[in-house]
Amino acid sequence: MLSTDDDLLAAAEAWRRAGRGVALATVIETWGSAPRPVGSHLVVDQDGNFLGSVSGGCVEGDVVTEAVDVIEAGTAKVLEFGVADETAWRVGLSCGGRIKVYVEKVA
Amino acid sequence: MQLDLLSALNVERAARRAAVLVTNLKGGEQRLVREADVAADPLGEALQSRLRAGKSGMVEQDGQSFFLTVQEPPVRLVAIGAVHISQALAPLAKIAGLDVTIIDPRTAFATPERFEGVRLVPDWPDAAFAAQPLDRFTAIAALTHDPKIDDLALAGALRADCFYIGALGSRKSHAARLGRLAEQGFDDAALGRIHAPIGLDIGAVSPAEIAVSILGEIIASLRKKPLRSNAPMQAVGSLA
Repeated sequence: MLSTDDDLLAAAEAWRRAGRGVALATVIETWGSAPRPVGSHLVVDQDGNFLGSVSGGCVEGDVVTEAVDVIEAGTAKVLEFGVADETAWRVGLSCGGRIKVYVEKVA
Repeated sequence: MQLDLLSALNVERAARRAAVLVTNLKGGEQRLVREADVAADPLGEALQSRLRAGKSGMVEQDGQSFFLTVQEPPVRLVAIGAVHISQALAPLAKIAGLDVTIIDPRTAFATPERFEGVRLVPDWPDAAFAAQPLDRFTAIAALTHDPKIDDLALAGALRADCFYIGALGSRKSHAARLGRLAEQGFDDAALGRIHAPIGLDIGAVSPAEIAVSILGEIIASLRKKPLRSNAPMQAVGSLA
């Protein structure tokens, strides 16, 4: 997307070069009234520090937890959040939308 | 993502060139396609339409799902005139995520005290553009009220196909300005791209309010329709 975001990918590169374990989460599909557009990023390190957003705050906590796992395991994952999903009641997308998030390790 | 791929993506961004990161969601393989190499890529057509719309998204081909991360350069705002409106516009635009530059050859106006933390270029617009070229990811707001300065900036912005071109001034002074630019060879279609009087019609009065109306108009130009494609992209598209 046309980015007016903070320079998240530059931050991801800088974190990795500084020796931190880093994962990149990207919104790859949205349905309904999703709060952040496709292409939005969240950058996470192995300690759970993060920059950016994939949902405007609703599911970031879960994405960060999963991202820390991805950094350890090294295998990318697709996460799905939405009202029909059981996790949605836990973490909740209060807007009623659904999003799919791709989480990958920066190796 | 491999670090060298991430690094290559960041190099394209820093150089203000568009690029697409292609991710195969099954195996996780990735490749970076630079704007210049789009036509030759197996996913060429999909990449091209995504780039033109400026939107990331999924594409299916040969039973495989790919995610295309479209990266276009950070949006810039170049304000012409280190004036009162610019003092409000610069911090507002920065909060909205725009990369702000202010150009004004009048060094009495363009002082760091009046514009703390803002990139100031105390030079004429044509000289400033030669040093840092405009492009279609740039918005221009001509705010000096001085035709000697504003006309140079507007001509440069029209030639560079900036996505937003706004000019301060009454309808009467704008009519005179259009006459001068027409004499320079700009046709009606080009002149019609200049937003004047500048800013959304929200009844703005104070410099800060006018700055809000200008920023609103810039965001509308950015988000309500795809950016104007540059010439090479159109040339490639017409072959398809």
